[in-house]
Amino acid sequence: MKQEYTITVHTENHIGLLNRIAIIFSRRKINVQSMNTSPSEIPGIHRFTIVINESEEVVVKLIRQIEKQVEVLKARYNTNDEIIWQELALYKVSTDMIADKISVERLLREYGARAVVIRRDFVIFEVSGHREETERLVKFFEPHGLIEFVRTARVAITKSSQGFHQTLKEFEEKEPGTDRVVENKYLDKNEEVFSM
Amino acid sequence: MSSSQQDTAVLKKPVEEKKEKMISGSEAVMLSLLEEGVDTIFGYPGGAIMPIYDSLYDFSEKIKHILVRHEQGGIHAAQGFARSSGKVGVVFATSGPGATNLVTGLADALIDSTPVVCVTGQVFAHLLGTDAFQETDVINITTPVTKWNYQVTDASEICSVLAKAFYIAKSGRPGPVLIDITKNAQIQKIKYDGYSKCDHIRSYRPKPKIRNEYIVQAAELINKAERPFVIFGQGIILGKAENEFKAFLEKSGIPAAWTILGLSALPTDHPLNVGMLGMHGNYGPNVLTNECDVLIAIGMRFDDRVTGRLDKYAKQAKVVHLDIDPAEIDKNVKSTVPVWGDCKETLPMLTKLMEKRDHSKWVSRFKEYMKEEVQLVINDELNPSTEKMTMGEVINILNELTKGDAVIVTDVGQHQMVACRYARFTQSKSNITSGGLGTMGFALPAAIGAKFGAPDRTVVAIIGDGGFQMTLQELGTIMQSGVDVKILILNNEFLGMVRQWQQLFHDKRYSFVDITSPDFVMIAKGYGIDGQRVSDRTNLKAALKTMLDHKGSYLLEVMVGKENNVFPMVPQGCSVAEIRLK
Repeated sequence: MKQEYTITVHTENHIGLLNRIAIIFSRRKINVQSMNTSPSEIPGIHRFTIVINESEEVVVKLIRQIEKQVEVLKARYNTNDEIIWQELALYKVSTDMIADKISVERLLREYGARAVVIRRDFVIFEVSGHREETERLVKFFEPHGLIEFVRTARVAITKSSQGFHQTLKEFEEKEPGTDRVVENKYLDKNEEVFSM
Repeated sequence: MSSSQQDTAVLKKPVEEKKEKMISGSEAVMLSLLEEGVDTIFGYPGGAIMPIYDSLYDFSEKIKHILVRHEQGGIHAAQGFARSSGKVGVVFATSGPGATNLVTGLADALIDSTPVVCVTGQVFAHLLGTDAFQETDVINITTPVTKWNYQVTDASEICSVLAKAFYIAKSGRPGPVLIDITKNAQIQKIKYDGYSKCDHIRSYRPKPKIRNEYIVQAAELINKAERPFVIFGQGIILGKAENEFKAFLEKSGIPAAWTILGLSALPTDHPLNVGMLGMHGNYGPNVLTNECDVLIAIGMRFDDRVTGRLDKYAKQAKVVHLDIDPAEIDKNVKSTVPVWGDCKETLPMLTKLMEKRDHSKWVSRFKEYMKEEVQLVINDELNPSTEKMTMGEVINILNELTKGDAVIVTDVGQHQMVACRYARFTQSKSNITSGGLGTMGFALPAAIGAKFGAPDRTVVAIIGDGGFQMTLQELGTIMQSGVDVKILILNNEFLGMVRQWQQLFHDKRYSFVDITSPDFVMIAKGYGIDGQRVSDRTNLKAALKTMLDHKGSYLLEVMVGKENNVFPMVPQGCSVAEIRLK
């Protein structure tokens, strides 16, 4: 049975790994609902949070393919009832519309919205929560004119009290990361570099 | 070294380097290869890899470079080298088209788990992403077809990255690695303070931890089995576990069948070797897969060409799956007991727990099926009464002459299936073929590499008339390097395997399988390679003998029946038990 699974992958910080992980899904024509990369609580260890809608059987196979990648430390998957998750959304609306038609107080109360920027021409609100919660405010604004809307990928943390922290910490203590990320430092130096 | 020093190395005003141990990135590549024991490179130069080739010039006494005629030939040669020698194959190619020409070989090496390290040149780092001449996004193009890849833009990384490349390519389940080095990094001077091999990467687990409880459970299952059946793949060869495998079989008395990549891991005449699995495999192993009670899969991955229809595959059997790659466990066939680990280690642990058993009655069932197959298929193939020759009789006489000691390299198609079915082997690493990817054009360059990897052995490339025309430019490599490869073309004037399918499943609508060939013997002559064509079986044995006895390379073209089919056959979408004998 297909359902939403959140896949958490702890990795090295390596240029190109994002692509290696992404193509594990696209090769099988699986639509990634959201993908987030972020640091973890352990310096030098990165964390991917990926949401897909699939059967557990498929998810297990995907996890093994992800773990097969050289720079992946560990991949895990959880159902929605095993995690706490949030998405963050930003809404840009015209200040006139807000002033004329909307009870801002109601907005802030009912939707848990927060005004991030207030300008003469527009206002930006922010809501964080589950998909339904951020979606609700889109529906509310739509008839009045929503200038811009954007939503982040899901970030998720497991409900189990220790999470992965202890294992990760012990791992990092035992084998501290040595790999530095070498970026291309010549991109803006084309005038100076000898070439043929 | 400070970053400012690194910067100045490629700047217009070079700083005078006075320290003795300063070397260029290109020299670092060469020194790394030497440290890894590399003595043979297959490659093709070009603009973006010129500094590396310039450095290679100084090392040409220590490292043999084989100039191929196309980069695809280069990587297939490296694959052949790796497969016959058990070492890592090394390829050099330039940026852009040089690198994209490697892609087929990388995909082939990935699916067939062949350790290969490719070093590609790349445009200067400051030109990346500018659509520079011969620039292509090699890293992203090759990501899905490499076990690992990495772009070096700074020479200080070269040694450590190459150390990782070799370690990753050969450890665990082997595979291809590509290292893309920008031209500035090849030129850049760095301080060389020695090379250290890589034997550990913290995020990489090449060998899963062996869990003893699974060994015990597997042993219990196998000891209790009445009709146990071993199916094995290339894992035995890659794990160098041929002896451990034989010991396991001989103690447990279990019959064993092979996938085409597992072929030659167990001598053909071993009493427990019951033949080939899969679509064109032997009758008994396919039918009895669906009658065994415990199926023991070792170093194989249940490819669809082996299993046929999955929902009708060995459903009655408990499955013990030994594999080094955890992603293979339960991927296609659900295992009852998964035995993660290197079979070099897990097989002896299992053997220790085996009760000495005699399954001769069960083994004799395979022999009975074999008798039937001999009567209905094999006899006609090996001793045909038809006017035209069959591929099988050619292989049969070849066996007689080589006594099973040759390395047989095959291309893809009917001749491949016939060669795998009938070639006999006395030693491991002797069958080299493109199994997973089915790459036509593989055999000629792979045979060149195989000969460099096993110079003391006879290497015979068996190729169809279609596949030969895909990479025949590598005759130039043979000519120039003087490598001794016997080329046996089995010419049926058709793209035979596709024609067979069109005959059986598309109402004989022969859509574009009628292929015209040039005079192969004359082409070989053009490259200074002797050869002959044989159309009459009375000359066959003498011609094969001439080929094998010839000093240096030789091309023998054998004209075989145009519309012969390979049987038995498990039609696509059918169960292995529904294998057809005609």
